[in-house]
Amino acid sequence: MTANGVPKPEEQAKLVVRNLTVFYGEKKAVGPVAMDIVGQHVTALIGPSGCGKSTFLRSLNRMNELIPGCRIEGDVRLDGDPIYGQGIDPVAVRRRIGMVFQRSNPFPKSIAENVAYGLRIGGVNDAREIAMRVERALTQAALWEEVKDRLNDSALGLSGGQQQRLCIARALAVEPEVLLMDEPASALDPIATAHIEELINELSEHYTVVIVTHNMQQAARVADYTAFFYLGELVEFDRTDVLFTKPNDSRTEDYITGRFG
Amino acid sequence: MSATGAGAVVRPDREAQARLAARRTRRNFVGDGAMAIASGAALLIVLAVLAIILVDILHNGLPRLSWAFLTQEPREGMTAGGIFPAIVGMVQMVILMTLAGVPVGVATAIYLHEYSSPVSPVTRAIRIAVANLAGVPSIVFGLFGLGFFIQFLGAGIDKVFFHGQKVYGQPALIWAALTMAVLTLPVVIVATEEALRAVPRELREASLALGATKWQTVMHVVVPQAAPGILTGTILAVSRGAGEVAPILFTGAAYFLPQLPTHLSSQFMSPSYHVYVLSTQSPDVDATKPILYATVLVLLVLTFTLNMAAVVVRARMRRRQGVPA
Amino acid sequence: MISKSNSREHTNREYELELRRLREQLLLMGAKVEDIINGSIRALIDRDSELAEQGIAADRKINQLEIAIDELCMQVLARRQPVASDLRFLTTALKLVTDLERIGDLGVNICERVLELNGEPPLKPYVDLPNMSREVQEMLHEALDAFVAADVERAQRVIARDKNVDAYYTQIFRELLTYMMEDPRNIFRATRLQSIAKYLERIGDHATNLGELTVFMVKGKDIRHAGKLSDGAA
Repeated sequence: MTANGVPKPEEQAKLVVRNLTVFYGEKKAVGPVAMDIVGQHVTALIGPSGCGKSTFLRSLNRMNELIPGCRIEGDVRLDGDPIYGQGIDPVAVRRRIGMVFQRSNPFPKSIAENVAYGLRIGGVNDAREIAMRVERALTQAALWEEVKDRLNDSALGLSGGQQQRLCIARALAVEPEVLLMDEPASALDPIATAHIEELINELSEHYTVVIVTHNMQQAARVADYTAFFYLGELVEFDRTDVLFTKPNDSRTEDYITGRFG
Repeated sequence: MSATGAGAVVRPDREAQARLAARRTRRNFVGDGAMAIASGAALLIVLAVLAIILVDILHNGLPRLSWAFLTQEPREGMTAGGIFPAIVGMVQMVILMTLAGVPVGVATAIYLHEYSSPVSPVTRAIRIAVANLAGVPSIVFGLFGLGFFIQFLGAGIDKVFFHGQKVYGQPALIWAALTMAVLTLPVVIVATEEALRAVPRELREASLALGATKWQTVMHVVVPQAAPGILTGTILAVSRGAGEVAPILFTGAAYFLPQLPTHLSSQFMSPSYHVYVLSTQSPDVDATKPILYATVLVLLVLTFTLNMAAVVVRARMRRRQGVPA
Repeated sequence: MISKSNSREHTNREYELELRRLREQLLLMGAKVEDIINGSIRALIDRDSELAEQGIAADRKINQLEIAIDELCMQVLARRQPVASDLRFLTTALKLVTDLERIGDLGVNICERVLELNGEPPLKPYVDLPNMSREVQEMLHEALDAFVAADVERAQRVIARDKNVDAYYTQIFRELLTYMMEDPRNIFRATRLQSIAKYLERIGDHATNLGELTVFMVKGKDIRHAGKLSDGAA
């Protein structure tokens, strides 16, 4: 696969990004970006601080619009459906594209209520269905065994790693198609990080995962595809094993080998 | 340390440093000491004033305080009996005030903080209005109540619904309650906004990222999280409303009423007004003095209890919401 | 040993120094190996037993260097998690060391055969062996230079020369065979000479390996076993 190129035939593009540019006021934050994100695989976005990778990630589920003065140009399509455009409801987009944040942010409610929040908001009222989907989400997030006996306890009583898995379960309960993760393990110790990485591996069987990480080795461990951002530009996008053994662009080479200058 | 002349040079510096350090320590010590004395003195003055007031009130009012005092109506020209109607009147007024003022205040704060743009002229106008409202003397509120609620709204209602009969165009429970609601509005708005501001952005983002609308986020995440603060604001407003005299002066309070208020248009008695009248217009000062002090004591206890309740409620709700790891 | 893309230094000074030290050690080992080979050929042509003895003794230093470089590579791999060009350099270094050590051993083998030969009068004037050995020595030298300079074209020329070496070997072997068939008393010396030619041919193969490793290190394309694997599209 070439940079900004088309995936191999057996891998379909789930999210197609063309000419995406994000502006804060008059200043261009990132772009224009063209990228095909492959379905049911893990794509990592790496790059130094301020390179625009988080901004790009947040524009995939229209979270950037919450910042005043933010303007988006370009096109993003999920299975062919445009995300931006007149009459397209960001709320509906966010039900299909979920997000997990850098620092876990559980609601000050019980564990079960946290996971059920997205369901209730979406109009699901049947108690049995909610209970079943909560259990399924917690199982997918590898947290069910640890919390099944204390579902009504406050979510804030969990450890950092558990809270982050809870946030993942909460996002999964809504059954999105794509899961965006903004440095999900950066606030966790190595063991909790390993759990999260293992979880990402499992999740990628059913979900399309896009993860921003400042830890290159994590990208190397976890991702099938890696995109390198630098100074607001997408520099290179390729299969992870290729990008980390023989990158095309000298900026990529310099960054990943530690020659920042 | 080298064996050259460097050793000889270093020693005098050490002594000078030591002297300097000692001087600094002494200066700090003196400074700290002066600070301690000054703040101790201020504390003593405040406590002394509080003590004098309390002792005076307790001494004069406690003997008269009894269950009968709280449950009987005043008799014989306010020289005997109790203040039961005043308590009832106050409770009714406060309930109406809260029902009218708190929802409006909370809704305004939610609009200001969650929905309006910080730079829009409407937002700025509202904020200026709220700030000014907080500074208006309470007697002015009373005049406003008289002029707008009673003489305009009340008279209008009378003309339309009661064929000119004077029902609402005069001091009434409802008008006093509304006037007090307007008075306490800034308190509620500010407390609510503080509470909303304290809700971390991450919680809102989490909710929105799950596909919630802004309204759902506000109602299901932000407001519940801000509830202790909102409740505190409400209790503070109530506590203020219970004690104010000037706004209810022309808008609804009466000195002596044979029966309890039954309609929104009825007048009512209030302990704070009672104290005012007893201390300025009493026919027999000595006879009414114990009643006066007892009423003041009741008011104080009430205010104190309400403030304490605000603290306790806030603490309890905080604890229930989050358990620090 | 700077490849074209790494004109900048690592931000981590220690890492940069470790890589430099690794390069120095590799150069040292390469130089020592070249010395042994050159010495062994000289000993053969001049029938110099002392030089042969020295060659055998010098191998110990080569083995020490192999161990030291391997350990250095392991440390860098463990601590620095190298990627891209650094990773290719390190894996190349590990394999390079193996090839160099084997070349050193072959040089020792030549010296041992020389010592045996010097115990008897020379079989014949040496014509092809010096030519073959010159070709091999040049290949080795060029291969090492190509690695130092990260010069892909130079490396590929080395690879191309291997067929010359193979041709020399075939020729020498045929000639020695006739000597052996002529007179049984020639067999001892002829087999020793044939062994030496075999060793030289193997040294040529190792030099070719060095060339292929250089190409991989620079281009990231593995050209070993060419023709048996298809060219990757990426």
